[in-house]
Amino acid sequence: MAVRREEARTTVDRYPGRVRVNHWVTAISLILLAISGAALFHPSLFFLSSFFGGGSNTRWLHPWIGVVLLASFTILFTQMVRYNFWTKADTKWMGHIGEVMSGREENLPEIGKYNGAQKIVFWLMTVSIIVLFISGIVIWYEYFGASFTIEQQRFGHIVHALAAVAMLLVVIVHIYAGFYVRGTISAMTEGKVTGGWAYRHHRLWLRGEAREGVIDERQTPLRGHNTRPAE
Amino acid sequence: MAGLQSQDFARISATNFRPPDVRHDFEVAKLIDVSKCIGCKACQSACLEWNNLREEVGINRGVYDNPHDLTPNTWTLMRFTEWENPQSGNLEWLIRKDGCMHCADPGCLKACPSPGAIVQYNNGIVDFVSEHCIGCGYCVKGCPFNIPRISQADHKAYKCTLCSDRVSVGQAPACAKACPTGAIVFGTKKAMLDYAQTRLTDLKSRGFKNAGIYDPPGVGGTHVMYVLQHADQPQLYAGLPQNPRISQVVELWKGLTKYAGMAAVGFAAAFAFVHATVARRNDVSRAEDREAEHLIDEEAARGRKA
Repeated sequence: MAVRREEARTTVDRYPGRVRVNHWVTAISLILLAISGAALFHPSLFFLSSFFGGGSNTRWLHPWIGVVLLASFTILFTQMVRYNFWTKADTKWMGHIGEVMSGREENLPEIGKYNGAQKIVFWLMTVSIIVLFISGIVIWYEYFGASFTIEQQRFGHIVHALAAVAMLLVVIVHIYAGFYVRGTISAMTEGKVTGGWAYRHHRLWLRGEAREGVIDERQTPLRGHNTRPAE
Repeated sequence: MAGLQSQDFARISATNFRPPDVRHDFEVAKLIDVSKCIGCKACQSACLEWNNLREEVGINRGVYDNPHDLTPNTWTLMRFTEWENPQSGNLEWLIRKDGCMHCADPGCLKACPSPGAIVQYNNGIVDFVSEHCIGCGYCVKGCPFNIPRISQADHKAYKCTLCSDRVSVGQAPACAKACPTGAIVFGTKKAMLDYAQTRLTDLKSRGFKNAGIYDPPGVGGTHVMYVLQHADQPQLYAGLPQNPRISQVVELWKGLTKYAGMAAVGFAAAFAFVHATVARRNDVSRAEDREAEHLIDEEAARGRKA
């Protein structure tokens, strides 16, 4: 992780490849789960099962995608949890959430790698995935139909549905925040953000990264080594 | 079963519209008179034969129930209960033919997520349409009588069809046809209720003062009814529920949760859309880009000193 002075801009490394892979495996599984789950949740959305090759395929695929999500999110959790413990600055930051939503961030405390809202998203995702997995096991009829009573399975269904709705709300906040706060998406696509973005949203984190050292990538490469055309 | 192509549907699972009543039909019912049953299992055999089903050879666990529970192949099952009547001191052998009750308000159909996998015909028969069944097991949770079974071979749900194929061509169900004592009779629901009254008169005259018809109103009545010697204690008959109804949890899951969940997600998406349209952009300014450079230089210098 480092701050890089590139030719036209300064960037800060935010996510290495291993985190990005986990994030996107989680994201893709989650979208597939949302689509297949919605197909089984509401009759008007049953047509979504055709994306999975019909109702029967949707029925057996959905829980297995859930297992993939649990595995990738577990790794993601271990990669991110140390940045997600609550601080006093987060409480203060959350008090200004309205300003953030209005595009004004001048009066906010300096924030580390994640702000309060991001931490809440992280923990809500963690809790809902645990709840969804446990309730999902209870209602995974093909393998666990005989392991739980019908009454337990009934509760499993309602808990699973409510947790799924809660998780979808968190995901909508997460995706929308990524688009609304301009310059955020590159963190998960290229692994880095601009210096200005880090200064505006995560200044404390930027300080730490800069203190680790700045890599200057502006110098002309050694003669003979420059095989690519100049950009 | 496959659909009967009749279009005589009263209800269709996971479908928002109410099917048009193309034709009207009599409500049918099967009446099982427990007091006349001798436990011969002819009905079980007839069911296997007509529906071309085979049950695996099981093991004896010291009771007459064979197999021990309903299975994807056993759609009807004699359940034997030995009960000592505390009033008369008699040992009573209560034999109940278990199977789908064909509820007027079917919990399986309410829980089913697959359009048309469970239908209720105008004549009251609740039928599983296998080609639309996805094997999720939701019907198992919807049913207040614990009837549907999911086959591990083809992952489809199975239960008594009330011989809908036979009934559609004017025949009585196979079990009723096979019963040697007339304990199982079949006809219009009204005719069966009328006939049941004559049975109650007979039973009461013989001292069964609590004899009654089991047609539980909690599920809107059923199209399989029992005549019970002790209708005040239906649970005596291998746990027949006293007041069956669709579980409140299932009602909540398939009712409020379904609509509130859709509304919440829709509202969140709509809020994001409106916010994206009207809110001021949250973007990095040129000034912040410049200040970032100063801060990076400062901190980098501090880092080198340390």
